[in-house]
Amino acid sequence: MTGMARGIWVLGEERNGRIHTVSFELLAWGRGLADAVGETLTCVILGAAVTEQASSLIAHGADRVVAVSHPGLGVFLPDPHVRVLTRLVKEYEPEVLLASATTMGRTLMPILAARLHTGLTADCTGLEMEPAERLLLQSRPAIGGNVMATIKTPSHRPQMATVRPRSRNPLPRDAARRGEIIEERVDEEELASCVKRLGFEPDPTSEAPIEDADVVIAGGKGFKNAKGFAQTFEIATHLGGAVGASRPAVDQGWVGYAHQVGLSGKSVTPKLYMALGISGSANHVAGMSSAETVVAVNKDPEAGIFRIADFGIVGSLEDVVPVLLERLDRATHARSEGTPYA
Amino acid sequence: MRRILVLVKHVPATERVKMDPETGTMVRKGLEMVINPLDLHAVEEAVRLKERSEGDLQSTAMTMGPAAAAEAIREAIAMGCDDGIHLCGRAFAGSDTWATAYALSQAVRRLGVIDLVLCGERATDGETGQVGPMVGTMLDIPVLTYVSGIEETEDGTLVVRRAIEGGHEVVASPLPALACVVKEMNEPRLPTLGGKIAAREAEIPTWGPKEIEADEGLLGLDGSPTRVVKVFYPTMARAGEIVSTEEISVEACVDRLLAFLARSSVVEERG
Repeated sequence: MTGMARGIWVLGEERNGRIHTVSFELLAWGRGLADAVGETLTCVILGAAVTEQASSLIAHGADRVVAVSHPGLGVFLPDPHVRVLTRLVKEYEPEVLLASATTMGRTLMPILAARLHTGLTADCTGLEMEPAERLLLQSRPAIGGNVMATIKTPSHRPQMATVRPRSRNPLPRDAARRGEIIEERVDEEELASCVKRLGFEPDPTSEAPIEDADVVIAGGKGFKNAKGFAQTFEIATHLGGAVGASRPAVDQGWVGYAHQVGLSGKSVTPKLYMALGISGSANHVAGMSSAETVVAVNKDPEAGIFRIADFGIVGSLEDVVPVLLERLDRATHARSEGTPYA
Repeated sequence: MRRILVLVKHVPATERVKMDPETGTMVRKGLEMVINPLDLHAVEEAVRLKERSEGDLQSTAMTMGPAAAAEAIREAIAMGCDDGIHLCGRAFAGSDTWATAYALSQAVRRLGVIDLVLCGERATDGETGQVGPMVGTMLDIPVLTYVSGIEETEDGTLVVRRAIEGGHEVVASPLPALACVVKEMNEPRLPTLGGKIAAREAEIPTWGPKEIEADEGLLGLDGSPTRVVKVFYPTMARAGEIVSTEEISVEACVDRLLAFLARSSVVEERG
């Protein structure tokens, strides 16, 4: 069984009729794996209208796109997706299948792994192909994110894993890249679903979800009250970021659960993470340790957050935050005055 | 009588995990164990559904784990679940998510007709969120993930709200179904004194591979498609530049911070 399976597959994602950027991030992961073992990289994508957008997947690193377009695949339910993907995986027999750890990926992949009777590793932060045995080495944080574990799937195929959104940048778009686009059919009976979608209620507060933000300004119990915590929103506005929070700040009711970062909240991988009045418990660090740059302000010089910070200020928020806001205000002002069309 | 099942897990109370100050690693000795905090929301929902049913619903908590894991079931009973079942035995040791889901789904089958299976979004130790959807798949019932609201209509259809990217999706599902609930769903209650007494006195049956009629080759480490190759401690330290308001002025600290941000060009110019 394992000898037959060939090729690296990534599962693209369509959202609201457009190919979502996590698809391009996955291609960057998959490209490295495919090159390591001299295999082709295939992006399989299901959606309402994915075939006509398939060339963008080639431009971002795919050798081949397997596209299944049908209006009935425009929402994720999940039965139709599961049936089509199960059929395609059995037919093409990829050795690796990767998906993004979005709500769709985190739903679809366990269902597929259960049906295909194979292993699945969630939220990998490192993936490597071991060329001799063609094993996918899957590394992820374990138990609070303080320990890393490397996991393999020795004899079941495909070897399946999810990676966090934004854990890698897409490869630069190369319009000259050539590849194959295969349009696969979908049968009417595959589209049947006993679960029906009744509607969707957009959440205005999640317009800039923290998982997608390049800059996250996070506050903790160092703010002492809701009024103090509200300053994180001001800083976030200046720096074009989203607001995060530690669990104590959410438990105090200063901000909603949607902002909670950590093991019991969300995982973020921004370019800049600013931790204000956050001590840096194992729980919190698990949700932000893959940030590119970490800046911390805390009055306790022994706070754990300083051990993972690239820049830190030891000082109280009451002292530091007003000065920071004043400087940011001034900078914003100077720019808008110097720009005639602003 | 209808039956609702809650899947729970016994996990280290990670909030209280101590770090070794020298190495920056976790101290495993004497770890306190609790019911997975995210499972409390599934337990709470089960108890609420039971209360609304006016005595027509039995709520059962189920877990798989070593002897001490029965405590997770007792915590669920203390909150208001009626009873529990504990999958325990050598054969289950070393199970990955697939093998765990196989054992749990076999046990659910053994219980007979179940109307709804509830579980938490993920456990705070393994943090995979995979076991719930896998159990539903193996039972061949609809899998509903990221559920933030549940309502049962007159005709026995389940209407759920799903917290997904950008908002809430509302879907209708037939029963039986499996729902993985998220934290925003409810505020778990504290156990009452009566609940604690019921929990202490509850007899929790232990089921092994025979009771769940499992294929033993699919249990435990042998039945697990995945293997841990190695466990290692990542070096968390970054080459951090630390300034202090004790040593230089607040203004100077902030200016150094802004200079650092400009230098590392992590923040785009906005105006």
